[in-house]
Amino acid sequence: MSQSPLDAPSPALNPDWEKLEEKPEFRALLVRKRQFIVPSLVFFMLFYLALPILVGYWPDLMKTKVWGEVNIAYVFALSQFLMAWIMAYLYVRVAAKWDKSAAAIIKGHE
Amino acid sequence: MIFDALFSLPFSSQLPILSLSMASNAPLIMFLAFVGLTLLITFWAAKKNTGASAYFAAGRSITGWQNGLAVAGDYMSAASFLGISGMICFSGYDGFMYSVGFLVAYITVLLVVAEPLRNAGKYTMADLLAYRLKPRPVRALASLSTLTVSTFYMIAQMVGAGVIIQRLIGLPFAPAVVGVGVLMLVYVVFGGMLATTWVQIIKALLLIAGALLLSFLVLQFHEFSFTKFFNAVAHADYGGTAEPKNLMEPGLKFGVAAAGPWGPLDLISLCLGLVLGTAGLPHILVRFYTVPDAKTARSSVVWAMAIIGAFYIMTTFFGFGAATILEKAKILTADGKPDTNMVAPILAQHLGGELFFAFISAVAFATILAVVAGLTMSASASFAHDFYSNVIHHGKENRPGMEIRVARITAFCVGAVSIGIAIYLGPSVNAAFLVGLAFAVAASANLPVIVLSVFWKRFNTSGAVAGLAVGLISSIVLILLSPNGMFGKAGAIFPLENPGIVSIPIGFLAAWLGTILTARDPAAEAKFAELRVRAHTGLGSEKATSH
Repeated sequence: MSQSPLDAPSPALNPDWEKLEEKPEFRALLVRKRQFIVPSLVFFMLFYLALPILVGYWPDLMKTKVWGEVNIAYVFALSQFLMAWIMAYLYVRVAAKWDKSAAAIIKGHE
Repeated sequence: MIFDALFSLPFSSQLPILSLSMASNAPLIMFLAFVGLTLLITFWAAKKNTGASAYFAAGRSITGWQNGLAVAGDYMSAASFLGISGMICFSGYDGFMYSVGFLVAYITVLLVVAEPLRNAGKYTMADLLAYRLKPRPVRALASLSTLTVSTFYMIAQMVGAGVIIQRLIGLPFAPAVVGVGVLMLVYVVFGGMLATTWVQIIKALLLIAGALLLSFLVLQFHEFSFTKFFNAVAHADYGGTAEPKNLMEPGLKFGVAAAGPWGPLDLISLCLGLVLGTAGLPHILVRFYTVPDAKTARSSVVWAMAIIGAFYIMTTFFGFGAATILEKAKILTADGKPDTNMVAPILAQHLGGELFFAFISAVAFATILAVVAGLTMSASASFAHDFYSNVIHHGKENRPGMEIRVARITAFCVGAVSIGIAIYLGPSVNAAFLVGLAFAVAASANLPVIVLSVFWKRFNTSGAVAGLAVGLISSIVLILLSPNGMFGKAGAIFPLENPGIVSIPIGFLAAWLGTILTARDPAAEAKFAELRVRAHTGLGSEKATSH
């Protein structure tokens, strides 16, 4: 409890953090967040790292042309942008629901 | 002052007399217009800067789209604009790998870091770490790593600044770097975070406008036909001055034929550093303190991702475009090496004439100033808040306003150091490459401790200290032993140019070992519940102070 004055939260606020943390609603929120975030991160890292691995070690495969001079390597690189945007969209959509749960959990403590 | 010095310089004698009046003055006029506008903003911001929250976090009053633009403005650096264009122009597809990594990295920021940081922190990255760990050692090291990453990043920007001013106005490299340094100090010292934010927003808009125009001109050159464009890229011959090569194909920079057996692994290492480094970049992280709440932090990441993604896709148009349009002689340095930092402005000059060259160069200036101001801001905030107030003075502010004063003094020191190193390195080092290294250091030292402190209850002070110190040291030592390091290409002990693939796991491993090999810290674990509730609900987070 050696919080320095500079870091101290607003003085009026002193809820029972432990009790809040043990609330079933809070635990359920964490589970729901984890269920979305962990698989998303795993997918995103695999999808992204597949690019340098394929480009680096299987360049001939990646040089295969799919449309005129446009090859798999370029299409795969562009698809990374699309993947990032779609993932951001999905995250924002689901996070809006988490916001509501979070607001309900801390209601009365603000 | 610096402006008088600029004005009194004789213009390049190579220019014909006729164009002297308008064309050669245009870059200078546009540059001065940007500087004038941003100084006005600084003046306005200086009046609003009352108290630490206003100075360090713009009163937490920045809206989502504004912060999104500012994040983009803070991030799309001279390295991206100048460095990546050059890399794509000379190395084709492999240069595009930087662009991809720079955007995709925001997934990590969005899903893991932005919201907990906003909810539990105050001014700096270290706030989150010091939350439940012993503040003094953690803050001291976090401050050191912030200063290191920011300085690395800043050197890259300074090099870009020096090169472009040299080309544009004929001012030699060293004074040009000093000039940029002085300007950025004015923004930071007087305007604080509010002025820095607005400089970044304006710069982001200018950069997007410039990028759109340049892409348009490149496509116009190829008669708005993607088939023609990609055909030209696949037989890029630099305006008929070189053997055609296929820039669409990967491998020209990192392929085994070009870079030797370690090339592909170097690429993977680079990508790992980029994708994990952004979430550890102090100057990006502090941007999330300028918004009112975590929800706005989230929406600002999304705004930033839209802008940054669009911009990085456009880098292929300038880079590839330059390779199909510009004659090789135009994009080589005096001693015949590829001039990797000047491709975009020269392309603008070729396609759009002197006025467009002036505009693109002014945008590049703006870019550098904005990024450098953001870096200086985060470095000085970290030193003042983490090191001065919390380490030296145990968190007790002895005199009101001291923290801000220390931040201002630090800004001077950080600026001076990076100016010195940039002048020492000289104009030929590629800016994107230097930034890649900054990312690797951030990913190795900062990211492991940020993630573990929020998500791992058992994590303790020794773990944080070990993670920060070992991550920082290992990434820097590997850079020094790399082919770009002390012993050159031939004597390199570490075969990769990018250290990430080794130093990031080392950073995580050190943080983990440092924790499990030392005693449990009951105080830190007891505060985990509090941090968890704060990070995930925003209860008790710092509120906006001004509007």
